[in-house]
Amino acid sequence: MTTADLIDKIVQVVLGIAVFIAVIGLIMFLVDRAPKKARDFVQLIAFLAPALILLAIGLIYPAARTTLLAFTNNAGQWIGLDNFVWMFTQPDALITLRNTLIWVVLVPVLSTVIGLAYAVFIDKSRGEKYFKALVFMPMAISFVGASIIWRFVYEFRQAGDPQIGLLNQVVTLFGGEPQRWLQEPPINTFLLIIVMIWIQTGFAMVVLSASIKGIPTEQIEAAQLDGTNAWQRFRNVTLPGIRGSLVVVITTISIATLKVFDIVRTMTAGNFETSVIANEMYTQAFRAGEPGRGSALAVVLFLMVLPIVIYNVRILRQQKEIR
Amino acid sequence: MTSTTPNAAMLRPQDAGADARVEDTAKAKRVKRRLTSRTATIASLIIAVLWTLPTFGLFVSSFRPRDQILENGWWTIFANPGFTLANYQEVLLSASASSPQLGAYFANSLSIAIPATVFPLVLAAMAAYAFAWVPFKGSSTLFIVIFALQIVPLQMALIPLLQMFTQFLQPAQEAVSDTLPFIPTSNFLQIWIAHTIFALPLAIFLLHNFIAEIPGEVIEAARVDGASHSQVFWRIIIPLALPALASFAIFQFLWVWNDLLVALIFSGGTEEAAPLTQRLAELTGSRGQEWQRLTAAAFVSLAIPLIVFFSLQRYFVRGLLAGSTKG
Amino acid sequence: MKTRFRRRLVAPFAAAGVIGLALAGCTGDIAAEQAEDVDCSDYEQYGSFDGAEVSVQGTIVEVEADRLIASFAPFEQCTGVTVDYQGTQEFEANIEVLAQGGNAPDLGIFPQPGLFQRLARGGFFVEAPADVESNVDEFWSEDWKAYGTVDGTFYGAPLMASIKGYVWYSPSEFEENGWEVPTTLEELDALSAQIAEESGHLPWCVGLGSDAATGWPGTDWVEDMVLRLHGPDVYDQWVNHEIPFNDPRIVEAFDAVGNYLKNDEYVNGGHGDVQSQLSVPFGEGGLPILDGECSLHHQASFYEGFWPEGTEIAEDGDIWAFITPPAAADDPLAVTGGGEIVGAFADREEVQAFQTYLSSDLWANNRVAEGGVISANSGLDPSVASSELLSQSIEILQNPETTFRFDGSDLMPGAVGADSFWTGIIDWISGDSTQEVVDAIEASWPAS
Repeated sequence: MTTADLIDKIVQVVLGIAVFIAVIGLIMFLVDRAPKKARDFVQLIAFLAPALILLAIGLIYPAARTTLLAFTNNAGQWIGLDNFVWMFTQPDALITLRNTLIWVVLVPVLSTVIGLAYAVFIDKSRGEKYFKALVFMPMAISFVGASIIWRFVYEFRQAGDPQIGLLNQVVTLFGGEPQRWLQEPPINTFLLIIVMIWIQTGFAMVVLSASIKGIPTEQIEAAQLDGTNAWQRFRNVTLPGIRGSLVVVITTISIATLKVFDIVRTMTAGNFETSVIANEMYTQAFRAGEPGRGSALAVVLFLMVLPIVIYNVRILRQQKEIR
Repeated sequence: MTSTTPNAAMLRPQDAGADARVEDTAKAKRVKRRLTSRTATIASLIIAVLWTLPTFGLFVSSFRPRDQILENGWWTIFANPGFTLANYQEVLLSASASSPQLGAYFANSLSIAIPATVFPLVLAAMAAYAFAWVPFKGSSTLFIVIFALQIVPLQMALIPLLQMFTQFLQPAQEAVSDTLPFIPTSNFLQIWIAHTIFALPLAIFLLHNFIAEIPGEVIEAARVDGASHSQVFWRIIIPLALPALASFAIFQFLWVWNDLLVALIFSGGTEEAAPLTQRLAELTGSRGQEWQRLTAAAFVSLAIPLIVFFSLQRYFVRGLLAGSTKG
Repeated sequence: MKTRFRRRLVAPFAAAGVIGLALAGCTGDIAAEQAEDVDCSDYEQYGSFDGAEVSVQGTIVEVEADRLIASFAPFEQCTGVTVDYQGTQEFEANIEVLAQGGNAPDLGIFPQPGLFQRLARGGFFVEAPADVESNVDEFWSEDWKAYGTVDGTFYGAPLMASIKGYVWYSPSEFEENGWEVPTTLEELDALSAQIAEESGHLPWCVGLGSDAATGWPGTDWVEDMVLRLHGPDVYDQWVNHEIPFNDPRIVEAFDAVGNYLKNDEYVNGGHGDVQSQLSVPFGEGGLPILDGECSLHHQASFYEGFWPEGTEIAEDGDIWAFITPPAAADDPLAVTGGGEIVGAFADREEVQAFQTYLSSDLWANNRVAEGGVISANSGLDPSVASSELLSQSIEILQNPETTFRFDGSDLMPGAVGADSFWTGIIDWISGDSTQEVVDAIEASWPAS
C-alpha cells in the first residue's frame, strides 16, 4: 500500500459518508416542503422508503428466489418436493432436526438468564465497565476465533500424556479418564452449544444491563420502603421494567442460533451427530453444489422461525393496546 | 456445567447502590443483605472467570512456540517456560507479493466498517421511528415482516444481490466516474450497501423497541406545537435515542469487522478492498499447517473492537432504554 | 450535549483510524519491484498489451501464492500485462456465487475438476483458445486434457500437479531392521505385520483430521486401492457413477483399506487407538515417524512441506517415500494425484495470451524452478524441481507408461466428493460396516 492508496481510501470513505448525509438531508429538506395535504404521507414514505427499498432488493427478493430454488435440482429443473423428501429421508435427518431444536431452546434461554444475572449482579458495582468488558469480549471475537479457542479447551491427549485441553486437564485432575469430547455424542452437541452461549451472553448482558439502568430509581426505592426483599424487587420491579428488552434479546438470539453454522463447521463439521440445519444448508449449497437442497433446508429454517414471529406479533399487539 | 452456578445465584439479586441509600433498614436486614450481596459478587466473579478463562488460555498460547502449544497445557507455562513473539511477528510483519503489509488490510477493514456502521444506523432509526410513531395501515404487519427477515441466511442473498449490482450499480458507477473524473469508482460501495441491507432487520427491530418506549407525551407535545415528523425525528428522537444508537453502532461495527464472506463476494475480486479477516484466514497457509499463527491473529484482530467498545461504553451504561427521562 | 456526544462518538472511530494509519505508516510503501533481466524473445509470441490487466483467483495462498506470482513476472514484464492474483481458501465456495452474479475474475484456478465441470456445464466459461489447446495436445497426456474437457468442448488447461499415494518412511529405520521397500500390496501387508511384531510400536500413523473436510485422507486410501486392485477402467466407471458406489469391487477396496485403518494392530502409532485418526490433523499424521513411534505414513507428495525444518528428505536421509505398490509386481505403474485446471470467464486478448502462457512449457519450468510443486507438463525439465522427491515425481508423471488418475473425490459430484464420501470415511472409522457406508454414499449420489 502506498500513501496514495491510503489517501484514496480515506477520500472514498469521506465521500461516501458525505454523499449519504447529503441524500438524507435532501430527503428531510424536501418532505418538510411537501404540499400540506399530502405531507403526512410523504413524510411516512421518506422515513420508510430507503430501508424498505434496500430490504426488498437485498432480502425479500432473495428469500422468494430461495423458496423457488428449493423445488429445483442442481440443473435448475423443477422437481417438486424431491428436495424435501431427500432432506427427511437422509439417515441423519432426525438427529439434525433434534439438534437444531436443542440449540434453539438452550442457547437463548441460558444466554439470557446468565446475561441477566450477571447484569443485575454487577449493576452499579465498582469496576462495572471492566466486568462487562470481560463477558463482552467473546462477542468481539469472530465465530472462527471462538471455535479455535474452544477447540483448545476440548483438546484430547491420551491418558498418561500431559493434557493440553483445559477440560480434560480438569477431568484428569479429579481422577477421570480423558475423553475425546467432540467425538462423543450426545455430549458434543452440548459442548458446541456452550460456545454459542459463551458468545451470546455478552449480547444479552449488554442490552439487558442498559435496560435495567432505564428503570426509574423511584420505583425501586418505593419497593424498598415497602420492605420487599431483593428477590421480590427483582420480580416485581426489574422484570416488568425490562420485559420489552427481554423479548428482543430472546428473539434475536433465537434467530441467530437458528442461523449459526460457523461453530459447528469449524469444530466438528457436523460429524459425530452434531449437525444442525444451518450447517447442512451451507454444506449443500456451497460445498456440494446442490443449491436446491440447500434452499430447501433454508425454507425449513424460515418455517422454524414462525413460532418466534407469532410470539412477537402477540407482544406487539399487547404493547399497542397498552398505549 | 458453567451455567448452574449463576442460575442458582440469580435468585438473590442485589442492588449495592440502593443499599447505601436506604438508611433506615433494620440492622439484621442489613447483615442479610450484605451476605446476599456477597453471594452475588462471588457469582459474578465466577461468571467473569469462566467467560475469560478460554480466551486467556489462547492469549498465553499466542506467546508460546508451536511445539510447546502441542506438548503441554498453557497453565504449565511456569513449569515449561517458553516465550516467543514469533507468532505476532509473522502476523504483523510478514508481507509478500501476494499479501501486502497488514496496514493495508487494517485500512481496508476500517474503510468498510465505518460507513457500514453509519448507514444502517441512520436508515434503521428512521424506519423504526416511522413504525413506532407514525400510525399507518399495515404498520404492524410490515414491521413483523421486516423483523422476520432476520432469518434469511446471508449466503442465500448473495447471488441475487450481486447480479443486481453488476447489472445496475456498476454501470452507473462507471458512468459517474466517466463524466466526473475526480470521483473515484469506489471498491467499497458494494460492500457498504450489502452490509447495510443485511443489518437493517435487526437494527430496525432493536431500535424500534427503544424508540417505541419514549414517552408519547414528549412527541405529542411537539406535534401539537406544529413540528413536522422530520423535526421530531432530529430534535427529539435522535437525542433521546443516542444511547441506543451508540450501542447498536458497537454491535454493527463488530459484525462488519469480523465479516469475511460479504467482503470477498462484493469486493470485485481486488486486493484493494480485502479486509483484515482475509489476511488472517490466509495466515494458516494453504493446507492449514501454520494454524498456531491464528492464536496471535485472533488478538491482533480483537484490538480495534475492544477500543471501540471501551470508548462507547458510557452509552451502554445509560443504555438502550435510559434516555427517555434524561434527554 | 449533542456536540459532546458527537465528539465522543467520533473519537473511538478516529482512534481506530489512527491506529490503522500508524500500522500502515510503519510498514511503509513497497519498494518499486526490481526489474530483473528477462530475455523477452521467448515471450514475443504472446504479443504486447501495455496497461492491460488480467484478474486471477484461486485457492493458493501464502508462500505458494508468492511463488505463483513470481512465475508470472517475466510474462508481465515482456507483454505489459498486469496480473492481479487474489487467493483465498474460500474460493471454491465463492466462485459459483461470483460467476452467477456476473462478477467472476478473468481466470479461475480450480483444484477440483468436478467443480470446473459444473461451472462449464452452467455456461460460465469461455472456450479455451486454439493456442491453449495446441499446447495441451503437445505437452499433456489425453487423461489430463480430458479433465478440462466437458461434453466434447475443451475449456481449460491443467496447471500444476501432485502425486498422491506416497508412503513415507524412515530409510535408516528400515536399514537397521533389515526391512525392504515392498513391491506388491501383499508385501506391504507383510511388512506392516512384520513391523507390528518386531518393532514394539504400531506400524502406521494416520491423521484424517482437516476441519470441515475431515476424512479426505481416507478417500485417498480408497482411491489408491480401487486403482490398484481393479485398474483404471473400473476406477473411471466408479467416479463417473457407471457402476454404483456400493459395487462389490468398491467394497473390496474399502476392506483392503480397512485392513490398515480399522486394524488396531496397525494404527495409530504415536497418536492412540483407531478412533484417534479422526482427531489428529492430517498435517501432524506422519510426524511420529521421526520419534520412532510409527514407521509408515500414507500421504501425497506435498507432505514433504510438513516435515519440520531440518529434516533431510532423501533416499538415504531421515525421511523418504515410496509409491503405494501395485497389486502384482509386474502391473503397470498407476498413481492417483491432484492438480489444478484453469478456467476462463473472459476472452479478451490479454486473457487468452496469459492463458496460453500458463499452458506452456515455459511457464511450467518457471514455476517449478520457484520450488515446492510439480507439473505434468511434458516440456518440464525434471532437474529444475526443488527437491529429489519432486524430480522423481515429475519423472513418474512424464513417463508415458504411467497410468495417471485424478483424485476420485475431486471428480465426483460435490454432494459425494466434498460431503458424503468424507463423512462416510468418518462413520466407517467410527465403527460402521463397509456395506453400511457405501450404501449411504450411493444413496447420496445426486440423481441428475
